[in-house]
Amino acid sequence: MAETIVLEVARYRPEIEAEPAFENFEVPCRPDWVVLDALNYIKDAIDGTLSFRWSCRMGVCGSCGMMVNGEPKLTCATFLTDYLPGPIRIEPLSNFPIVRDLIIEMSDFMTKLQGVKPWIIRNEDLPVSQGEYRQSPEQLETYKQFSMCINCLLCYAACPVYGLDQHFVGPAALALAQRYNLDSRDEGEAQRLEILSEHEGIWGCTFVGECSVVCPKHVDPAGAIQQYKLKAVTEWFKSILLPRGGRD
Amino acid sequence: MARRSIEPLLWSLFSAGGVVSAFFMPVLIFLFGIAFPLGLIEAPGFQSISELIKHPITRLVLMVVCIFPLFHWAHRFRFTLYDGLQIKHLNEVIAVVCYGGALFGTVLAGYLLWNIG
Repeated sequence: MAETIVLEVARYRPEIEAEPAFENFEVPCRPDWVVLDALNYIKDAIDGTLSFRWSCRMGVCGSCGMMVNGEPKLTCATFLTDYLPGPIRIEPLSNFPIVRDLIIEMSDFMTKLQGVKPWIIRNEDLPVSQGEYRQSPEQLETYKQFSMCINCLLCYAACPVYGLDQHFVGPAALALAQRYNLDSRDEGEAQRLEILSEHEGIWGCTFVGECSVVCPKHVDPAGAIQQYKLKAVTEWFKSILLPRGGRD
Repeated sequence: MARRSIEPLLWSLFSAGGVVSAFFMPVLIFLFGIAFPLGLIEAPGFQSISELIKHPITRLVLMVVCIFPLFHWAHRFRFTLYDGLQIKHLNEVIAVVCYGGALFGTVLAGYLLWNIG
């Protein structure tokens, strides 16, 4: 086994480079090392100015998403040895503006996420004295998959529609909207439908499906969006056929 | 819905077209495009096909097989132009051409099927 591997790391330091450029680093290729370990090695031992986001190292926080050889990956779950003999090209996630080196500007996503109201909405909040909102295991099962999202944005980096049209709400936000729509405790579906049934909501999706391919938590955002399209169509026909009764 | 977008209708036609195409097209292509011309299966004579096609239910089925896949094409082609050629700014023109084309195909199919035999 090779003892080292070369990482071609995208650098962008606005005060130095006008355009992002690549810098090569030779790092030890240990069998237990993931790309994030190699980046931390660079930061600790070679160049302390390399900037990147990370936190948990175990696929939970969703901070360390980057393009690894052109594919969106969680770098904490991407082993160096899978890329032997190298080199491995590390870039910031596609489809987002770059702040510095491997750090992307994600405020567009944060705005969109908030826009779909990803929290439990009740028409009337019950007082605590009346107890909790109970839910059966079956009810939990209907949305559990979509609740696994860690907002790592790999799906946005993989989505060609988002790459072309930044107005598109995008996979993770739509999957999370669906996660709350399917929650038996939630009553906010009508509020979300207004946002999601716009052209840039669900209809922008052309079901390329890359979001579900790259999702490290198997959320299947593409599936969520298709489910939601069907729901929106049903509501649309109801609103045409039953102008009043169609809306609850 | 506050703003009644037509997008759900277009998508439902697209969706229906996908289902209809998947169910009917392969077998029709196999029978009329491969099996009958190559003699793998004995082709029904002109007379029996003509009788079959005159039946209202056959015409109805053929209408369905024509219309929905046309709208499926229109929707798919619209987005192919949007994303493939990146000409989304021509939205109105593209929509008219695509769905107009499907509508024209629908009228044509209806005319032909109505006047058959």
